[in-house]
Amino acid sequence: MHRPVRSAATLAAAVALLVVTACSSTPQATESKTLKVVYQKSDSFTALDEVLQDAKKEFEAANSGVTIELQPIQANDDDYGTKLALAQRSGDTAPDVFYEDTFKVRSDVDAGYLLKLDGYLEKWEDWSQFSEGAKAAGRGDDGGIYAVPLGTDTRAIWYNKAVLQKAGIPVPWQPTTWAEILDAARKMKAADPTLIPFNMYAGKGTGEGTVMQSFYELLYGTGSTLYDEKEKKWVVGSQGFTDSLAFLETLYDEQLAVTPAEALDSNVWKKVFGEWLPQGKMGATVEGSYTPSFWQKGGSYEWAGYTQDMGVAKFPTQKGQAPGGVSMSGGWTLAVGAKSKNPGLAFNYLATAVNKKNALAFDINNSQIAVRKDVAAEPSYQAANPFVKDVSELVAVTHYRPATADYPRISTAVQVATESVITGKQSPAEAAAEYDRTVEKLVGAAKVLKK
Amino acid sequence: MLPVVPSIVLLLLFLLAPVLWSFYASFTDASLSGRGAKDPQWTGLDNYMRMLGDSSFPLSAGLTLVFVVASAILGQNLLGLVIALLMTRARRPVSSVVGIAVVASWVLPEIVAAFAAYAWFSKDGTLNQLLGSVGAGGTNWLYSFPLMAIVLANTWRGTAFSMLVYRAALAEVPQDISEAALVDGARSWQRLLFVTVPLIRSSIATNLMLITLQTLAVFTLIWVMTAGGPANSSTTLPVLAYQEAFKFGDIGYGTAIASVLILIGVVFGAAYVWLLREKRP
Repeated sequence: MHRPVRSAATLAAAVALLVVTACSSTPQATESKTLKVVYQKSDSFTALDEVLQDAKKEFEAANSGVTIELQPIQANDDDYGTKLALAQRSGDTAPDVFYEDTFKVRSDVDAGYLLKLDGYLEKWEDWSQFSEGAKAAGRGDDGGIYAVPLGTDTRAIWYNKAVLQKAGIPVPWQPTTWAEILDAARKMKAADPTLIPFNMYAGKGTGEGTVMQSFYELLYGTGSTLYDEKEKKWVVGSQGFTDSLAFLETLYDEQLAVTPAEALDSNVWKKVFGEWLPQGKMGATVEGSYTPSFWQKGGSYEWAGYTQDMGVAKFPTQKGQAPGGVSMSGGWTLAVGAKSKNPGLAFNYLATAVNKKNALAFDINNSQIAVRKDVAAEPSYQAANPFVKDVSELVAVTHYRPATADYPRISTAVQVATESVITGKQSPAEAAAEYDRTVEKLVGAAKVLKK
Repeated sequence: MLPVVPSIVLLLLFLLAPVLWSFYASFTDASLSGRGAKDPQWTGLDNYMRMLGDSSFPLSAGLTLVFVVASAILGQNLLGLVIALLMTRARRPVSSVVGIAVVASWVLPEIVAAFAAYAWFSKDGTLNQLLGSVGAGGTNWLYSFPLMAIVLANTWRGTAFSMLVYRAALAEVPQDISEAALVDGARSWQRLLFVTVPLIRSSIATNLMLITLQTLAVFTLIWVMTAGGPANSSTTLPVLAYQEAFKFGDIGYGTAIASVLILIGVVFGAAYVWLLREKRP
């Protein structure tokens, strides 16, 4: 009988110890306040980390007794979203301030993760500096503002001038139809068969990048759309959808893009930025306005020659119809957690992080398109890289994703369709039909619209 | 009895509770974001009905069965038995070298084994470099033959367990019975089939049960090697459940798939228990 008694005593002692330590930390927590800040950081994305570090110093100096606890999550966009959502589920792990993708704002508002900021924004004089379009990025279904944008972006064709010139294509290059893209790509392939002439992402490997930096540039250039904002219904059965898939099929079938196996590798973009474009092994790719951030000084793939060697072109519409080009915009925001115990302080930290000085630093280091008018007017912002003007002008032809709560799953259904086509599993028409069935299953027959 | 109580409590808390929670969640529309995160609703059998109409579910269920049969029941089990039999006849140094080589893959943490298998099969990997030296490389195994690659990787990783079980079992087989059969003129395959196998039947059933359940749950290996791709051609049920629950945030549907997986495990387990009892003298 001795043994059980002794182990029970040990257990009791251990429990007592736990209780004591747990209690002793409580009064401390009420004396000094700690704000948890959760955001994304990766080898190729440190601009936000730097800004939040600066804001931490600034804020702690101005508010004694407050500690900002920075909790970077090392992950790609998809995994970051999952980890953030998991942290949001419990009050103990939910952050006070966090980095949030614009297209998740509405569904996370529905989930009760985001605090409504209207009351704080009214008293915040900087808010008038934000452009109207940017303010809408953080709006929930109820019309309230739940997140403050850090910057926005657009998508364009980035091409290596030397590669195009070698194939006899005059630069600056501006294709006006899809056919001209294929034409140029075929010329490049003929000039050098080892080349990747024109890359567009496809498949689930590149996740949201597949739709933002590839499929939507095609779809919105056909005159079709993913979602009918007026009817509030998802579009199915459109010719534009099938045509867009067929264009990707042509690119991959004729080996004008990367191989399907490479396309399904979630790290393929690293090769695009780090090897293929700088080494002149790729003609062109469709990518975001943040592209120079990888190559500029301090970026993850520093390449001093990019300012001379690279050119940027508008992605054309299918047959050159108005408005003559297509772009997509997204961007990220900062938001305050609905479960925050110190919402006022949390908002003040958020405001510090996006003040003029910090927003300017972030927009320059991450090649973002400014959402604050005072930042956009800064000479240092306009001189940050030679492409700022070109990519900012694309805002005129840009589209935003339908940021409904259903959207993330619809996006995946589109990615699946592109993957089926480039791997030869389905024809464009079959993949489009499968997409239609999936969408109907996801949102219900009442919320789809045949066009 | 008293010393056992804490372990039973811990088992209930950490094993049974998550299983029960998973069953419960599979009847709701719980999700990572959206309304289902704030206020999950009871939706009855909706998730299970959806599974019936979802084209990726039967594909995944089929892939899971092929994966389990090929890599566990055939691969690990038969290979383990063969190696164990050969080792009983081999010289001591040979058998210990073989033993160490086989066990080495088994003691590796799953994530390390997964990266090793990835490095072996990937396009610029070891296998293609070896094949390239005889002029035959260039196949992208993980892309063209994803299921075969993960079956081989899981066989490689898990064979050691079966081998150890069978070595222990074979050591228990009395020599005289085998010798009597030899005297009666039985050939070696006849001695194996009619003398050795019946004597180690309970070890076979136990081994099959354990490796089947282990293989049903394999996730890391597949996730690292192929992530279920390309185009879902290596998405087994654990991978599908993970994708639905964490990539698409649909916890309810993900746990429904996980629940089906648990039921498949129970069916296999019950079958082996039945086999084990049936032919006992």
